[in-house]
Amino acid sequence: MTVDVAAFVGPFPFRHVSRGTPKWLLGQMDRLGIAEAWVGHLPSFLYRDPSPGNADLVRILSDHERLRPVPAVNPGLPGFASELDAHQRAPAVRAYPTYWGLDPQGAEMRHLAVSCAAKALPLVLTVCFEDLRQRHRLDTATDLPAAAVRSLARISEDVKLVISGAPKGFIEEVHFGLTETEGERVLWDISWIWGPPEEHLRTLLETVGAGHFVFGTGMPLRIPDNSVAKLDLLDLSQEDRDAIQEGNLRQWVLAR
Amino acid sequence: MLIDVHGHFYTERSGLADWQERNAARLKAGRRMGITAHVASILGTWGHRSPTYFPSPTDVEHANAAMLSLQRMHDGEVIGYCVVNPNFADHALDQIDQGLDGGMIGVKLAASRRADDPLLDPIAQRAGDAGVPVLHHIWHHRQRDWPNQEASDTVELATLALRHTETQFIVAHIGGGGDWAHTLRAARDVPNLWIDISGSGVDVDMMEWALETIGAERMLFGTDLTMATGWGKLRYLESRVDGESRDLIRSGNALKLFPTGAFG
Repeated sequence: MTVDVAAFVGPFPFRHVSRGTPKWLLGQMDRLGIAEAWVGHLPSFLYRDPSPGNADLVRILSDHERLRPVPAVNPGLPGFASELDAHQRAPAVRAYPTYWGLDPQGAEMRHLAVSCAAKALPLVLTVCFEDLRQRHRLDTATDLPAAAVRSLARISEDVKLVISGAPKGFIEEVHFGLTETEGERVLWDISWIWGPPEEHLRTLLETVGAGHFVFGTGMPLRIPDNSVAKLDLLDLSQEDRDAIQEGNLRQWVLAR
Repeated sequence: MLIDVHGHFYTERSGLADWQERNAARLKAGRRMGITAHVASILGTWGHRSPTYFPSPTDVEHANAAMLSLQRMHDGEVIGYCVVNPNFADHALDQIDQGLDGGMIGVKLAASRRADDPLLDPIAQRAGDAGVPVLHHIWHHRQRDWPNQEASDTVELATLALRHTETQFIVAHIGGGGDWAHTLRAARDVPNLWIDISGSGVDVDMMEWALETIGAERMLFGTDLTMATGWGKLRYLESRVDGESRDLIRSGNALKLFPTGAFG
């Protein structure tokens, strides 16, 4: 069984994305053997108040059990905690601090991390949506900084972070900048990590450990086959592959 | 048959302690992916002794000699492009002649000189005369100069291609960074431009638009420096096209593009 932690529905404001529908996602999941996806509402990263986007997300996914809505919560808004209360059954919560004009390790984000931790909700943070070289001229938000992940991971022993779209150097900077206990509270999706011949993923699995990685695709922005292909190019034990595809995430969910 | 038209290897002068492991990793991954031939190049010393995209003549010679050595060592599995720096015009032509005599089957142009510059004309002409394609590094919709390279975009490469209609050009790595949709527009009506699907970019719609604008008849499988992304795009494509198109992208187009008998 495979769980994709980095899927979306809806349009993308900076280029035409023609396939952001549940039907398309499910078609890809069936083709690639992905059982379940954590799904965000793509345009909400630019909404000042993502709450209406969350309502859209729940409505769009309402008939699809395999697509689990992951609401976005902007901690810069008064009373944001009520949005967490409204989505207690969600598998996780998303936030986009750099697009919302928030300091990624500032008071609002720390408040959100603590609030999610109190409800045992993992917080999903996306490093970037697109390669720097192809971004729209109005897409000027900075990438999520590694320092912010280190800072948020240190706040409380209950904080759990899923980081999507991080490359090798980012992951190393965070992982080896945390204690072992802090590092256990961060899971990394594999969507942006290079395979051979550079062997970034193979190296990370040796140095950081398979227990710290989860499966993510970035669809419908990114072709999902990419993440499957890079696993297929590794000499992974079935145990490690299962852990990446599902087991590591399940441990967190079971812990709830 | 699966032909990778955009591969790279390293040498002891590449400034990498693990250069041999990287070369071995490419071959190992290639075998797992089912690649039957890597058409590949070595970009000088990869910045170690001269810039990757502005290689010195000495580094060009070393790289091409090493590429030919790899070609001999992995007969049929690895075949070389001849790398040249067009700023050293006579040297570039000499290298092409030597490389093709040695069994190389294409010319690799990176980013030493803008693609529409007249200095590239004799190189394009020589490739056309020899019946070998030119693989050209591209920054899709380059809107300014970036450090350490004089990159070209596909509008600029199309200008060269239209001056040399008997020469075939491969637009490198449609997923290699920049606005790939701009490249697809620029290449659509230039029949001697082909697109390789390599590059770290794996945007959904990239392959769909390529099929719609360029067509499977001018698309080529490639991996460049990120083999999983090339393979991922191929697998995605194979879920969307019929068997004939699939075969063209995997190898059929490469068999037409490169000299007869290049792949056994």
